[in-house]
Amino acid sequence: MKIAVCIKRVPEMDVRFKIAPSGKGVDETGLKWDISDFDGYAVEAALQMTEKLGSGEVVVLSLGPDAAQETLRKALSMGATRAVHLKADPIPFDNFAIARALAGELQGGGYDLILFGKMSIDSSNGAVGPITAELLNLPCVAAASKLEVANGKGTARRELEGAAELLEFPLPAVVSIDEGVARPRYPSLKGIMAAKKKPLEVKPAQLGDVRMTVSTMALPPERPPGRILGEGVAAVPELVRLLQTEAKVL
Amino acid sequence: MANNVLAFAESRGGDLRKVAYEAVTVARALADAAGGEVHAVIAGAAGVAAKADALGRFGADVVTVVEHPTFADYNPEALAAFLADRAKAAGCRAVALVASAQGKDLAPRVAGKLGVPLAADLTTVRLDGDNVMGTHPVNTGKVIATVTLAANPAVVSMRPGAVTPAENQRSARVETAAPVGDPASSRVKVTQTIAGNTAKLDLGDAPVIVSGGRGLKAAENFKLVEDLAAAFGNAAVGATRAVTDDGWRPHSDQIGQTGRQVSPNLYVAVGISGAIQHLAGMRTSKTIVAINKDPEAPIFKVADYGIVGDVLEIVPALTAAVKAAKGH
Repeated sequence: MKIAVCIKRVPEMDVRFKIAPSGKGVDETGLKWDISDFDGYAVEAALQMTEKLGSGEVVVLSLGPDAAQETLRKALSMGATRAVHLKADPIPFDNFAIARALAGELQGGGYDLILFGKMSIDSSNGAVGPITAELLNLPCVAAASKLEVANGKGTARRELEGAAELLEFPLPAVVSIDEGVARPRYPSLKGIMAAKKKPLEVKPAQLGDVRMTVSTMALPPERPPGRILGEGVAAVPELVRLLQTEAKVL
Repeated sequence: MANNVLAFAESRGGDLRKVAYEAVTVARALADAAGGEVHAVIAGAAGVAAKADALGRFGADVVTVVEHPTFADYNPEALAAFLADRAKAAGCRAVALVASAQGKDLAPRVAGKLGVPLAADLTTVRLDGDNVMGTHPVNTGKVIATVTLAANPAVVSMRPGAVTPAENQRSARVETAAPVGDPASSRVKVTQTIAGNTAKLDLGDAPVIVSGGRGLKAAENFKLVEDLAAAFGNAAVGATRAVTDDGWRPHSDQIGQTGRQVSPNLYVAVGISGAIQHLAGMRTSKTIVAINKDPEAPIFKVADYGIVGDVLEIVPALTAAVKAAKGH
């Protein structure tokens, strides 16, 4: 079983972001970076599948600036076999251009399964996986919360609003991974040492035309300062009055 | 001619979903700006054509109905092929979908088939000369990106709830169309749809959400949250990750960075401290009420109205007051 996992380096989110002077991105000063959450689940899912089979290869790919290699090394230290860095600085916002570069690299690679996180936690488009599948003419399931493969066939579950659906598809296929499939392991010291010697190939990303861009980034309007109406049950009548007269939601 | 806008009207089990009206409403606004017509597409098993008139009410000029036994469930490959084909055949400047669970799977496929990027999960959208501009929350909603899409057709998906369905009566021309290719030969098949509690309002549809956190102290105290939701009558029940991880509530109820992202008219946070991951899922709610024992809890920073104190005392009193206000 040969599995590709496409991963992205993203900033950690538990900070107060500032807008860069260009007005088109966030100020990267002092940000910490890591593998995007859902991409981590996808790497873990791929590792568990090859471990269960006792054979196979997990190839991790990342499109981005040179620093994307840190993210690839992390995936290698978790247990991936080798890595491919598609160099692009900055990462364009155009999900079709990214999918085109990834599809070009994946085409002819002989992969049984190509995994993505269901979306990157920073740009939050969730489109690169399915568009890559279209470009490769492969079956695709977006946002799988369960995934199993056996005998050339995959089964997945997707959460819907107040329901869920079970899906079946032949391999090779593209699947984007939701939370719930697998909790990513922490790299072991041995894994970190081994990762340094694993192959990491660097190529330019063949993006083509970029037709979607960010024209501005801004912080959301601050919510007007809230009011603590009071303490305990005594404050309930005032709350109900405000919900009726001011917020007009009751 | 190339000024029309295609809208995908999502249905489940033969019924239109609220997001269908959201898609048609946003398509109407784009078509008015472009000087074109709204072509809505509805797909389902035999009989779904009966729902076509409802889409005229929200501004569809043409409703294209495609019926096939395999459309009783979601058939991603056949639907994407049909929508991409329609977008070309109807001379569409734009294709509008909603980023529901199904839309998140379908919209990028349609974009991929048309060879264009997807402007995903937009909260607003407009035509701007040769471009389509939209706003899109990034970095877990802490930053808002304005996105410029220079592609024709422009494929966009709107965040569920971001568009308020607006009636705009048209006497829609209803057309039936044959699927593109053989839908039965799709490689990806839905083998089963597991229905949830259909009597329950979905978090994405509910105008009011009452949500509970660890401050409720025990799973059985969630009854208080349910009672308050029932008093509002139009409310769904949500939960924090801590609570769903502890098994007090199902994972599908989780609101936050890794759960559902909601923006109801009213969000009542009960015993929720307001961890950043939770705020990422609800900070765009129109009005936020927080009830918590700790006056320093971060939830009070985003709440319009707060009450400090014991949720086990305050919530039943609020439930009674809401019932009285509602006249029952």
